Amino acid sequence: MIALYATLLVPLVAACIFGIIGHWKHAGTLNLLVCAVTFATSLQLTINIFNNGAMMTPGKMFYIDAFNVYLILVNSLVGLTTSIFSRPYMAHELKIGRVDDGRMRLYHAMFQGFLLTMLVALSTNNLGILWVAVEGATLATVLLVSLYRTPEAIEAGWKYFILCGVGIAQALFGTVLIYFAAEKVLPDEEGSLLWSVLQEHSDQLEPTVLMLAFVFLLVGYGTKIGLVPLHNWLPDAHSEGPTPMSAILSGLLLNIALYAVVRYKMLIEPALNNHLPSYIMMGFGMLSFSVAGILLHRQRDIKRMFSYSSIEHMGLMTFAFGLGGPLATFGALLHMIVHSLTKSAIFITVGHAAHIAGTQKISEIRGLIKTQPAVGWTFLLGTVAIAGFPPFGVFTSEFLLFTATIKSMPWLVMPLLIGLAVAFAGLFRHVQPMVFGEPPEGQLPVKANMLPIIFHLALVLWLGISIPDILANWLDQATIMVVGKGLL
Amino acid sequence: MNYAQLSLIEQLILTLSAMVLLTSFLLLAQTRIISLINIFAAQGFLLFLGTCLIAQSSGMYHLYISAGITLALKVFFIPWQLRRLVKRLDIRRDVENVGGPSMIMIAGGALVLFSYYVALPIRELSTLATRNTIAISLAVILLGMLMMITRRKAVAQVVGFMSMENGLFFAAVVSTYGMPMVVELGVAFDVLVAAILFGIFFFQIRAGIGSLDVDHLNRLHEVDR
Repeated sequence: MIALYATLLVPLVAACIFGIIGHWKHAGTLNLLVCAVTFATSLQLTINIFNNGAMMTPGKMFYIDAFNVYLILVNSLVGLTTSIFSRPYMAHELKIGRVDDGRMRLYHAMFQGFLLTMLVALSTNNLGILWVAVEGATLATVLLVSLYRTPEAIEAGWKYFILCGVGIAQALFGTVLIYFAAEKVLPDEEGSLLWSVLQEHSDQLEPTVLMLAFVFLLVGYGTKIGLVPLHNWLPDAHSEGPTPMSAILSGLLLNIALYAVVRYKMLIEPALNNHLPSYIMMGFGMLSFSVAGILLHRQRDIKRMFSYSSIEHMGLMTFAFGLGGPLATFGALLHMIVHSLTKSAIFITVGHAAHIAGTQKISEIRGLIKTQPAVGWTFLLGTVAIAGFPPFGVFTSEFLLFTATIKSMPWLVMPLLIGLAVAFAGLFRHVQPMVFGEPPEGQLPVKANMLPIIFHLALVLWLGISIPDILANWLDQATIMVVGKGLL
Repeated sequence: MNYAQLSLIEQLILTLSAMVLLTSFLLLAQTRIISLINIFAAQGFLLFLGTCLIAQSSGMYHLYISAGITLALKVFFIPWQLRRLVKRLDIRRDVENVGGPSMIMIAGGALVLFSYYVALPIRELSTLATRNTIAISLAVILLGMLMMITRRKAVAQVVGFMSMENGLFFAAVVSTYGMPMVVELGVAFDVLVAAILFGIFFFQIRAGIGSLDVDHLNRLHEVDR
């Protein structure tokens, strides 16, 4: 209990401190320390949940179970490693004058605010608060996307604000509809928006209202996941914001939105007599997966390219959760972790690469291995990992997904395989010259902290070679929660 | 299905919903920025009245708090903030050319029909009044969206956005007697922050591209050109 409150309070207090005091020399270090404390408390929380099972706070405000606690841990872990990266990176940006003290103050306050809203979204038991927190995450990041104040950055920020705002409004309408359906069967007004209560009574809820609600919820949170055709904001926001932001947007925020959709699916599908929500999710997932793979080929900006790769992977996960069944769900849960870790590692290396070359244009980043072997090799390895090569964890989870697909819908494996091949070609076509090409004259290495990247990639490698029993059991518990049946 | 059989309160609520829908159409058609803000404030006031009415008739007194928040935010704060920004940015006299106004009106009418079509299956337990109000609130949301699509000025888009929020609030109040208080407060907080951020963005857009015409925000493309 204390661990949960600490996990939520620490970022809140830190955001206030950064907001009030403003930027000073050691703000980056404090940011790092705060993230370390958050990570420690969430680790403690995870251990508690692991030992004692699901936990409900008094007042039923927060509810932690196997499904959300592992996302909380991933969240604070990636937050920590990103803050390690962010300290020298933002100091460099400050030095070259892309940001000033005022914006650094905003940056640090919003960095913590963003982590806070995501933690609240994951831990809350209340559907309404979930919405408030996801909208809060948009509001916290919108000024960070436009932090550099270039016309492009402002355009990206405005697009992000408007598209996500409109999208998330649909999700609120869906939430209202759920509440409408729940109120008819549950006399206790305060309980009608709680997962824990709704879950027990889901079979009594009116199916037509629930189906309508699911469509709105999927469109709403799907905008945040970046599902095609609602994805337009995502590449812009990722490419124009500061790189640490791209890392946590891609690695964490998309997961949160997917988490919300999956929770709603758990709630709604048993109440319906059909599998329409699953089919809709599979359709959206497949479309995103295929379209993003093709669009990867035609990018010129390195961060845009990897944000399309994020859309592709989110599509794959949405597809897998839609497919259902223990195997696919287990694979999708694992994929959420490995994608978060790999993608944030890639964005961190991309940040270093962009500093080395002084630009984000793919055509002008050349010869990373010659200029700075550490950055070049990790960049290459990260790309190999995200493309789904063995022995990395992404391969494992994709393998599980494909096995599940062959079992239940064999004809869908073909488009999936083609999609993977297209995405692979798109990534390597751009990455190969960036890594191996001839560096332009006078290109110098930059000060880079490789620790977070190596740590992430090592974890992904570990998950690819052998998933530790603890994690496997744990994912299995989450799988049981989502589909009612375990894998192990 | 006779409207005359409904109680007086229900009839009043239906009338108010019709007026909210009317203000949405007015927003869609209005091209002068100051009038746009005034209509938005009027829509907020109608919401306030509706909420008070429902609070009184249903005995859910916590709805008075929601009504108070609506009055403070949607009738006073946001319109005041927008008027102040419009003044400071000196765009008070701006008139926006909306392409194909008659087409937009027809599209708006179609959206209302569509909302009724969508809300039709919700027969379960719902009275005649709620079925209407859910359809109307969905229509207000969709009309707000249509407005954001058809407008080119950042301020008009923000008004569209906020009127979508009005539709959501209306849906929550009339169909379920309001969300739980903690959620209401959270949503109100988000709306407040969004309103402030929009203000900051106006200045950033103005400084970045020298105009508040979002058509000029056209540098980023899906694929390279």
